[in-house]
Amino acid sequence: MSTALLEANGVCKRFGGVRALHKVSLTIHQGEIYGLIGPNGAGKTTLFNVLTGLYGASSGGFNFAGAPLDIGAPHLVAKAGIARTFQNIRLFANMTALENVMVGRHLRTHAGVIGAVLFNAATRAEEHAIQRRAVELLHYVGIADRANDLARNLSYGDQRRLEIARALATDPKLLALDEPAAGMNATETAALRTLVRGLRADGLTILLIEHDVKLVMGLCDRIAVLDYGEMIAEDVPEKVQRNPKVIEAYLGT
Amino acid sequence: MMMVLPPSRVKYFAGVALVATALLVLPFALSAAGTAWVRITNLAILFVFLSLGLNIVVGYAGLLDLGYVAFYAVGAYVYALLASPHFGMHLPFWVILPIGATLAGFFGVLLGAPTLKLRGDYLAIVTLGFGEIVRIFLNNLSQPINITNGPQGLAQIDPVRIGGMSLGQNGTLFGLNFSGPMKYYYLLLLLLLLVIVVNLRLQNSRIGRAWEAIREDEMAARAIGINTTRLKLLAFAMGASFGGVAGGMFSAIQGFISPESFVLTESVMILSMVVLGGMGNIWGVIAGAVLLSFVPEMLRYTVVPMQMALFKRLLIEPEVIRMLLFGLALVLMMRFRPAGLWPLRARQREFDKAVGE
Repeated sequence: MSTALLEANGVCKRFGGVRALHKVSLTIHQGEIYGLIGPNGAGKTTLFNVLTGLYGASSGGFNFAGAPLDIGAPHLVAKAGIARTFQNIRLFANMTALENVMVGRHLRTHAGVIGAVLFNAATRAEEHAIQRRAVELLHYVGIADRANDLARNLSYGDQRRLEIARALATDPKLLALDEPAAGMNATETAALRTLVRGLRADGLTILLIEHDVKLVMGLCDRIAVLDYGEMIAEDVPEKVQRNPKVIEAYLGT
Repeated sequence: MMMVLPPSRVKYFAGVALVATALLVLPFALSAAGTAWVRITNLAILFVFLSLGLNIVVGYAGLLDLGYVAFYAVGAYVYALLASPHFGMHLPFWVILPIGATLAGFFGVLLGAPTLKLRGDYLAIVTLGFGEIVRIFLNNLSQPINITNGPQGLAQIDPVRIGGMSLGQNGTLFGLNFSGPMKYYYLLLLLLLLVIVVNLRLQNSRIGRAWEAIREDEMAARAIGINTTRLKLLAFAMGASFGGVAGGMFSAIQGFISPESFVLTESVMILSMVVLGGMGNIWGVIAGAVLLSFVPEMLRYTVVPMQMALFKRLLIEPEVIRMLLFGLALVLMMRFRPAGLWPLRARQREFDKAVGE
């Protein structure tokens, strides 16, 4: 049995009278590809936003890598080792692909104003390392040839890849992907599948929100199903597919 | 040993040498046209400082600030209070300028802290109010204790002294005759070089990239671990401190300041320089500041004689023509070059050979 990397303990989130998340508890194991599915409005992205510190939780919380996770601010979550992508791609549109990834190194580097102004040896070495790591990551996701193009000029599939590279630049333990295959054609989806498998092979744990059921069933080790903010199933794909509650949630009665 | 430079480097160094020589000789040429032109150039350099400072806040971090002149005022009053008969203090300029820059930076944080969650129009309104508050304080802080001397302003401010030499007076150096404004010009040129280097290095640094990221998409910036609170305050503080230095020099050069010099129009003017030149691009911003400083002065000297020659009388006041042209320029800009005369282009980064193939 592998160890738990992320545990959600009774996470609730209310928006006024709307119960977006209700007592969601789940466990993601180290090295797992964990899928999160559910009908539209089930609360998948809300769970992502609570987890990554964009919204506060109404109650409940998370344990991450054996310690309680401070979800008070997004940068604290990122520092703890959780990186995410967004459902509607959020790149720094007027910066180059390379710069986008370089910004991702912000968290793990230190040069301040004085270092920048003096541009001393330590700062130069750090800048060099940031750039080298960024180029490596662009190679890794396969868009190194677009390094000097503005992010907004990249194709849709490449933008998704760039967002993943930027997230990887923060040295995460857990990578949370919010509908990475949305709007992708079959070729791009296949390439994405290879990329995600490669990430896991390199030691990352992956949390995946996805609508493409074929992709989720083929890729994930375990799947959680949300419906109206509540978790109705958490199991391996074959069992989730046969779960009557899940079938009901998706097809209605 | 002979160093062989590639042709592009030779061209680069030749260009730098040419510009440097031109800048060094400029005040002599201007003096021939009248010392007034040297003074105008000095003020233009101060506006370059201000525009570059505001560019950090508006251009890099994307925070619209309409009260920037407040920091200019803080720097100016710090200098005036610490080097004039008003309090009887006469500290040297190299002590006062850092104090002014620090205090202006502190005011920057003071403005930044409550406005962290605001963007765009809302931020603009609050910063506009801040600028007015500072000016009104300066106007009224003459009672019950007379700190700022109110609307009368502060006079007899010490000029900058380096060694035993006062920059306020004429003098001879190396057998050449230097007027006061000319001496200030060289000091400002030195400071300008410093300001440009600081700006360029900040832009291409970890901090500069984080500012740009905040400008592009604040939520994404937070999600990848940028502490946006800290970095926004830093942008306000850095931008403000440039304003503080410019204010200090303004005080020293003018010898007299009053709240009237720090009105909203000035903030708008500085913002126009940044926008007209090209937000985020240092060279564009400098070009914008120089252009908007000089053109009105040129008009002042040409409009009247031209009308006299053409119509034998003055039909339109120079001030009217200035605002007319200014408005026209802004409209044309927004129509044809909305990103500024010299906009920020994507910088090509040179790949490391080891990883670049």
